[in-house]
Amino acid sequence: MRNPYLPYPVRIESIVTETEDRNLKTFKFVFLNKEDEEAFKYTPGQFAELSVPGQGEIPIGIASSPTEKGFIMFTVNKVGRVSSFMHNMQEGDIMGVRGPMGNWYPWETLEGKNVVIVGGGFAFTTLRSSIVYMLHPDNRSRFGNIDVVYGARMPGLLLYKEELAAWEQRDDIGMHITVDSTDDPNWKYNVGFVPAVTKEKAPTAENSYAIICGPPIMIKFTLPVLTELGFPPERIISSLEMRMKCGIGICGRCNLGTEYVCKDGPVFTLQELAQLPNEY
Amino acid sequence: MSEIYISKEKFPEVVGQLMSHGRVFGPVFQGQFHEFARLDKPEDIDLSFQNTRLSPKDLFHPHSERMFTYSLAKDDPERSILKEAPKDYSPSVVLGIRPCDAKAFQLDDRNFDTETIKDPWWVERRKTTTLVGLACNDPCNTCFCTSMETGPFDASGLDVLMVDVGDGYVARSVTDKGKECLSTLKGVQTVPAQAAEKEAQAKKAAEESMGQVLDMKPIYEKNTLELFHDPLWEEVHFSCINCGTCTFVCPTCWCFDIQDEVQGDSGERLRLWDSCMFPLFTFHGSGHNPRSQKIQRVRQRFMHKLKYYPEKYKDGPACVGCGRCVKGCPVNIDIRHVARLMAASCSCPA
Repeated sequence: MRNPYLPYPVRIESIVTETEDRNLKTFKFVFLNKEDEEAFKYTPGQFAELSVPGQGEIPIGIASSPTEKGFIMFTVNKVGRVSSFMHNMQEGDIMGVRGPMGNWYPWETLEGKNVVIVGGGFAFTTLRSSIVYMLHPDNRSRFGNIDVVYGARMPGLLLYKEELAAWEQRDDIGMHITVDSTDDPNWKYNVGFVPAVTKEKAPTAENSYAIICGPPIMIKFTLPVLTELGFPPERIISSLEMRMKCGIGICGRCNLGTEYVCKDGPVFTLQELAQLPNEY
Repeated sequence: MSEIYISKEKFPEVVGQLMSHGRVFGPVFQGQFHEFARLDKPEDIDLSFQNTRLSPKDLFHPHSERMFTYSLAKDDPERSILKEAPKDYSPSVVLGIRPCDAKAFQLDDRNFDTETIKDPWWVERRKTTTLVGLACNDPCNTCFCTSMETGPFDASGLDVLMVDVGDGYVARSVTDKGKECLSTLKGVQTVPAQAAEKEAQAKKAAEESMGQVLDMKPIYEKNTLELFHDPLWEEVHFSCINCGTCTFVCPTCWCFDIQDEVQGDSGERLRLWDSCMFPLFTFHGSGHNPRSQKIQRVRQRFMHKLKYYPEKYKDGPACVGCGRCVKGCPVNIDIRHVARLMAASCSCPA
């Protein structure tokens, strides 16, 4: 068995600054060894430990989709020691990736269902992975309607802007992009908070599941809207963040009661979370 | 299974035989306390101890352990590639470990050695180590192993159980590994009849001296969230100063941190004991902390040992009643008292 603490060595292939505040950058990695790429089999919703020798490791959601071959992609917010260091790294630099880790969005359960994705701010990474995955020609027919409500404080803080624009043009996904406010006269999309836009667009709850990721305040005000639309707690799915070290359920810090967020999560339904201590 | 008798006169010679086969660790009197350490010579071992101040967990899960090394030199083609740090996995014997501590390793195995994930260092050390335990004839007044599904003569976590019968030790193998260990020893005797009799008396006396002081069943039967929200934690946490001593000395506290250290162009990734008593343990990069309050951290420790672990593994507590946390706590928080509060807590409406 491979040492689960040993990262796969990767090379930074590209770095893209996503937001105008320059706090979010997207890193594309290429595995140095072909067999490592094959071993790194992941499903949308999972995360990995990004490992920078000399700095440490950080758990980050995988933003690429397994349908995209030849690279893996992560969008990293600059907050602490490792992420700040990464923001100063260059294309071509070598670092490590450990994973994939955790569970994933329940794709088998979602088959044949409508999927409503609600995202806010920079928590859109595994949601991007999920959208790319569902829109892939091999997968699109497995799902019903796909609706996406995605909001940021202002246009310059939205992630993956080119892809958002491309999805807007498609007729097999209902895009509802919104910003809290803007003074841009050419802004083509919605203005308003995510809960209000969700309520206004009112995607059907019939035969539907909702996946919601975002800042706590957004989740707090969107959950009552989803409930009002008719989503029961077992059909509302969320993904949690925690401080992590090992990422494999051993080091002991990311538990909610009996469950380790790194291994038993990070994806939980609202019904599952209701049974656990709310230490998140 | 095999059984032998080793007279106290012969004991140093037997220790010497074990040392000639590999590394031997045992209780050594250092400064003011007994601690587990590698023996340099047979006389170093001192079995006249009640228990060591620290648990022997660091023999399998060192307080600080080098995981990987790497180079950061600009011209090094292997720059930033992590290499496994070499380890000594040569066979070793832990001699004189208490039954409770050996049982604790079995509880820890559930964390480090699972079907899907195996901690390579823990698993390899466990495999190459033989545990030759020493039964407790004289438990401390802080001991409560008999209430925690183990006991002063519990052989279940050991490869060999030795019992002090006055002028010598009766040693019985428990596992094949233990049998093999005993079979290498020369100059030992068969167990005399009166020794077996003394052994039974010692067992009875030790177990009776402790009795059953706790009933854990009500805790297992209670709803997790009711216990979690119970006001009892207000009382329990009040005097705690979050020093972390309890987690440091505990044989079933396995939590760890991973850190990088760099000197010049070379670096290493280390694994270090960590503690749920420390606010940094759960501190997010964003500044958010799900266990920012002392009461949350204290509750986490006791709930993990006495409620979450039994619930997760459908087994007894993650506590073997060694009493080290009771002895070491600077403000006299006593896990026995906490367990009683948890068992008695009432979920009636206020």
